[in-house]
Amino acid sequence: MSEAPQDGDGGQCCTVRGLVKTYRGARGTDGVRANDGIDLDVRRGEIFGLLGPNGAGKSTLVRQLTGLLRPDRGSVHLFGHDVVAHPEYAARLLAYLGQESSALDELTVALAAETTGRLRGLSRSGARAEAAEVITELGLEGIAARPLAKLSGGQRRLACFAAALVGERPLLVLDEPTTGMDPVARRAVWSAVDRRRAERGTTVLLVTHNVIEAETVLDRVAVIDEGRVIACDTPGGLKALVDGDVRLDLVWRDEAPIGVPAVAELADRAERTGRRWTVRTTPEQARELVAAVTSGPALAALDDFTLATPSLEDAYLKLGGRHQGLAR
Amino acid sequence: MTTLSAPGPDTTEKRVTLLDAPVPAAAPAISAPLAPQARLLPALEAVYRAQLARARVSRIPLLFVATFQSLGILVMMRGVVDPGDNPSAHAVVAGSSVLVVAFVALNLLAQYFGRLRATGGLDHYATLPVRPASVVLGTAAAYASFTLPGAVVTAVAGCWLFALPLAHLWVLLAVVPLAGAALSGLGAACGLLAPRQEIATLLGQLGMSAALLLGVLPAGRLPVPIQWLRDLLPSTYGVDAFARTFTARPDWAAVTGDLAVCTAVGLASLTLATWSYRRATR
Repeated sequence: MSEAPQDGDGGQCCTVRGLVKTYRGARGTDGVRANDGIDLDVRRGEIFGLLGPNGAGKSTLVRQLTGLLRPDRGSVHLFGHDVVAHPEYAARLLAYLGQESSALDELTVALAAETTGRLRGLSRSGARAEAAEVITELGLEGIAARPLAKLSGGQRRLACFAAALVGERPLLVLDEPTTGMDPVARRAVWSAVDRRRAERGTTVLLVTHNVIEAETVLDRVAVIDEGRVIACDTPGGLKALVDGDVRLDLVWRDEAPIGVPAVAELADRAERTGRRWTVRTTPEQARELVAAVTSGPALAALDDFTLATPSLEDAYLKLGGRHQGLAR
Repeated sequence: MTTLSAPGPDTTEKRVTLLDAPVPAAAPAISAPLAPQARLLPALEAVYRAQLARARVSRIPLLFVATFQSLGILVMMRGVVDPGDNPSAHAVVAGSSVLVVAFVALNLLAQYFGRLRATGGLDHYATLPVRPASVVLGTAAAYASFTLPGAVVTAVAGCWLFALPLAHLWVLLAVVPLAGAALSGLGAACGLLAPRQEIATLLGQLGMSAALLLGVLPAGRLPVPIQWLRDLLPSTYGVDAFARTFTARPDWAAVTGDLAVCTAVGLASLTLATWSYRRATR
C-alpha cells in the first residue's frame, strides 16, 4: 500500500463530533443507543477502518455519514460540508458500497455499473466508457453480460464494488467489501483502492470485522464497541498495547485432560470455543504451558496448538471490548 | 465583570464575557467541491432502461401469467355475457385488457418496492445524487410500458370472442400509459409505505383483486355502494374510456373526459409515490 498523505497535507476528509443515535424501542421498552457520543477524524487519502463486532454500532455510524440516517445529536462534516444539515450532499461526495445488492440484482454487471454511473451524473457515453474501464480493471469482462443474481456471492460483491467506482468520488465508504470473495477478487479490490489513492488521493472508509484484513490494509483504525470509539490508532499502535503478550491456542481431540494440573489451572482462564481453548499470557508462562501440554497425558489429548504474536483482536479484548465475534 | 479568555490562538484579540453566546466551533474548511446532481430526465431514462432490461430477464413469465389470467376471464365471462354491441361485452373486454396493467403496474410494482425497502436496496438509490421523481417515474414507466403487449393481445382476443370492432384499438396507446401511471403510482406508494414486505404484497394483491372485480364486471349491474368504490379506483376511468370506443359511434368527448380524469389521477398517484419514496429513504 502506498503512503497516506500526512495530516495537513490534504486536509480532513471526515470530521464527526459527539454523534448520538438511539433507536426507539418497542412499546414500553427502552430504546437502544447505537451510537453514544462518537468523535472521529479521517484524514484525506487514508484508508480508515471501523472495526468492531456485529451490533457495535458501525453500520449506524456509516448510515449517518452517508446521509441515510439522521443523528439525534452531533455533527458530521465531509470535506467541510455539513451532512447533518444537508444529508443530500453525502451522495455528491462519496460512493457507498452497502451490504445489499437487491437494487442491482437483476441487471447485468455492465448495465449495473453503467446505470449507477449515470445516476451519479455522468452522460450516457461517459458512464458506458467508465463502466467498461472499471470492469476491465477488476477482471469482470467474462461475466459483464450476466445478471448479478446469477453470480456467486463473491462475484456479485465485486460487481457491486465496480458499480461503486463508476463516477469518481473523493471518498469511498465500503461496508465489508470483500465478504465471500476469493483471494484473486480481494486482490483486485485492494489494487483498485490503492490505485485511486495514489492517483487521485481518494479516501477510503472501510467497515470490517475481519482483523486480518484490518491489519493488512488499514492506515488507521477506530475500534468501536457498544456505540463508542474505544481506541483509534494505527494497527501497529493498537497492537503495541498488548506487546509482550502472546496468544496460545490449544485444540483438544475430545475432552480436555482436566487431570493434568496445568490444564486444570487453564480451565478457568481460557476462552473456550468448542474444543478450542485460547489464552493470552506472557511469553514465559506460555513456554511453560506449551511444555506442560506437549508431554504425557496432555499431549495424547492434544490435537493441535499454535503460539502467536498478538493480533488486533487481542488488542480489542485488552481495550475492554466485551463482545466476541471479530472474524479471524 | 468576570471575563474569560476564548480558547485557541486568538486569545489576545477576543475577550468573551459570561453573558456572551458560546463561541461556535469553526466549521472545517471546504476541501472538495460537491459533484453535480444527476439531471431529472437523463436519470429517469437511465432508470427506465435498466428496469426494462431487468423486466426482460425476470418479468416475462409473469407477463404471460398476467395475460393468461385476463384471457381466462374473457373465456369465463363469454359463458355469461352475450357477444355483440352491448355494455356488458364492452365492459368485460375493456376491463380484462386493463387488468393486465393492474397486475403488473400495481401488484408487481408494490411487491418490487416493498422488497427493495425491506432488503435495504433503497439505500443504493438514496446514496446516489438522483431525484426521487427520476427513480419512481422511471420504474413506473418501465412497468407500465411492459404491459402494453399483454393488454393488446387481451383486447384483440376479447374483440374476437365478443364480436366487437377492432377499429379503435389504438385508444389503448393512451389508456395503457395513463391507467399505467395511475396504477403504478398507487402500487409504488403501497410498496414504499407498507411497514412490512408482506403487507406491501398484500396491498398489491388486494388492489389487483379490486381492479379485477370492479373493472371487469359491468358497472350497471353492481350495487350502488360498490359503484362508488368503483369510481374511486384509478383504473376505472381507463376501462370506461376504452369501453366507450366499442360502440358504433363513440362519444369522443366522454372518452377524452375519462382520459383527462385518468391523467389527473395518474399525476396525483405518482406525486404520492414520489413523496412515499422520499419518506422511505429519509
